[in-house]
Amino acid sequence: MIKCLIIDDEPLARSIVAEYLQQHPDVTIAQECSDGFEGIKAIKQHQPDLIFLDIQMPKINGFEMLELVEQQPGVIFTTAFDNYALKAFEANAVDYLLKPFSQERFDAALKKWQEKRTIETADQPTIDLSEVPAKQPEERARIVVKAGNDIRIIPVQDVLYLEAYDDYVKIHTKDGLFLKKKTMGYYEQTLDPAHFVRVHRSFMIPISQLTRIEPLEKDSHVALLKNGVRIPLSKSGYTRLRTVLGL
Amino acid sequence: MAPTRVIWLYVAWAAFWSGVFVLVLLPANYNLRLTMKDALLYNLLLTIAGYAAGTGLRYYQPTLRQGVMLLAWSLGLAGICTLVYSFLIDWLISNELYLAFVGDSLPMRLVFGWLLLLLLLLINWFWFYTKEQRQHEERKAATEKLAREAELYTLRQQLQPHFLFNSLNSISAMVVSRPEQARTMVQQLSDFLRGTIRKENQQRVTLAEELKQLELYLAIEKVRFGHRLQTIVAVADDAKTLELPALLLQPLVENAIKFGLYGTTGDTTISIKATCEDGKLIIQVQNPFDADASQAQEGTGFGLNSVQRRLYLLYARPDLVQTQQHENQFTTTVTIPQNYDQVSHN
Repeated sequence: MIKCLIIDDEPLARSIVAEYLQQHPDVTIAQECSDGFEGIKAIKQHQPDLIFLDIQMPKINGFEMLELVEQQPGVIFTTAFDNYALKAFEANAVDYLLKPFSQERFDAALKKWQEKRTIETADQPTIDLSEVPAKQPEERARIVVKAGNDIRIIPVQDVLYLEAYDDYVKIHTKDGLFLKKKTMGYYEQTLDPAHFVRVHRSFMIPISQLTRIEPLEKDSHVALLKNGVRIPLSKSGYTRLRTVLGL
Repeated sequence: MAPTRVIWLYVAWAAFWSGVFVLVLLPANYNLRLTMKDALLYNLLLTIAGYAAGTGLRYYQPTLRQGVMLLAWSLGLAGICTLVYSFLIDWLISNELYLAFVGDSLPMRLVFGWLLLLLLLLINWFWFYTKEQRQHEERKAATEKLAREAELYTLRQQLQPHFLFNSLNSISAMVVSRPEQARTMVQQLSDFLRGTIRKENQQRVTLAEELKQLELYLAIEKVRFGHRLQTIVAVADDAKTLELPALLLQPLVENAIKFGLYGTTGDTTISIKATCEDGKLIIQVQNPFDADASQAQEGTGFGLNSVQRRLYLLYARPDLVQTQQHENQFTTTVTIPQNYDQVSHN
C-alpha cells in the first residue's frame, strides 16, 4: 500500500488528484492539506511515501516546505506555469505535472516514481532540490527556518550575518540564532551579491551591517558589524568586499 | 525644397552679388556695360561652382574638423573660377584698357571669389545640417512613440498565465463531478478572455464596463479558491460613469488577491471601493496581509508596478498610485484624472 498526501491551496486542484487516484487502488490518501504548514504537520504525522505538491502556496511555497521536512517523502510536483520552478525541476530530473494534466500523464508520473523507488536504496533521498539556488523569486528575499515547532520566515534584511557550521548554516538575526541545513555556497548563489558578501570561507555578511574594516596584522583584516561582532576577512574575501563597496 | 526653386535662388544670388560687384567697380569709372558683363560672368561662374559644391554637401556632412577642408575646397574652386574667367573675359571683351584692369585685379577677384564661395558653402552646410537634425529629432520622436505604444500594449496584455492554467485545471476538475458548474466557468473564462483581447488601443472605458469584466474575474477566482476568498465591491453611483484606461482594475485586484491569499493562510476579504472626488475617479483596493511575512517588504509587487507605469505613460504623472499599510490591511489607492489632459499620442 502506498500512502500519499495532496498539498495544494486550491480545493479543486486537490480534488482532481484525488479523482485520478481512484484508478490506483494501491494508493491511499492519508490527508489533503491546503498549505505548507499543514503539509509539514501531516508529513510528520503520517510519514507518507509520496506527496503531490503545489509550488505557489500561502506563506511558504512548496520548495520551502520541503526544506523544513526531515524525512523527505517522494514528491511529484504539480504546478500551473512557473519558469522558476521548471528550471529547478529540470536541473534535478524531478517529475512534475503541469496543470491541467490528463489521467494518462498522471498515471505515467506515478509509474515513473514507483520504478525509481524500487531502484533507489532507502537511504538515498529521491530528490535533492535543496541546493538548487533561486527556485522562486521570494526565496531571494526570505529564509524559512524551523525553530522548535515554530516556523519562522526571516526577511533577508533581518539577517546580521551567516556562519558555516558543519552541515548547517547559522543564521544570526536580531531575534537570535537559527540553524538551516544548507551550504554557504547555496546562499552565495541565492542571495543578492550586491548586498551579501562571502568574506570568509565560513562567513557571509550583509553590507548594511558593516560599519568598519580594521587591519589586524600584516595582510589581514576584520570587519566590524553594527552589533559589535568582529568577522575575520580572508584574503579573497577582503578583495570581494572591496569590489562590492567600490573601493 | 523643389529643385526649380533652388535654381532660382542661385540665380538670384548671382544677380545680387553681380549688383554688389558693379557698385564696387563703379568708382573706377569704366563703361557700365563692360562692368556689368564682367560682374555677371564672374558671379555666374562662382555661383555654378558653389551650386556644385553645395549639392555635394547634401549627401556628405563634414564634421567640424573636416570643415576646415571647406576652406581649402573653396579656395581651389575660386582659383578654377578665376582661371576660367580670365580666359572667357578675353573672348568676351575687346577693350584693352579694361582687360588690363582685369589682369591687375585678378588677385583681388580671387579673394572675393573665395570668400563668396565660402559663404555659399557655409549656408549650404548649415541648411543641410539643420535639416538633418530635424529629421533626426523626428525619427527619435517616432521611435519613442512606437516604444511607448508597444510598452502600453504589453502592460495591458499582462494576463497571468498562472491564472489561465489554474482556471483550466479547476474546470478539468469539475467536468466529471459538476458538469454544469464546469460549463459556467468555461463561459466565464471565455467572456473574461474576450474582454481582455477586445479592448482597443488606449481605449478608455466607463467604470461600469470595467466592473463587469472584474466580476467575471472574481467569479473565476472564487471558484478556484472557494470559501477562502470573499469580496466586497462598493461603487458610488456618480463614479460609475467616470472613465478609466481599459483593463486597469483587474491587475489591481489581482495583486490584492495574490497578496491576500498567498500572504495569509486564513480567509481573505478583498474590498474594492470607487468614489468620485473633485471630478476624479478614486479607486481603493484593500487586502489583508501578514506584517510578519516577508511579502510585505517586497512592497508593491509587479502588478502594481505595471499599473503605475501605465498611468505614468498615459498621464505623465508618477503619483497616481499610492499604497498604504495599516495594521493588517494593505490599501492601494489609484487616482484617475477625468479631464482628458492625457499626453498626446499623435
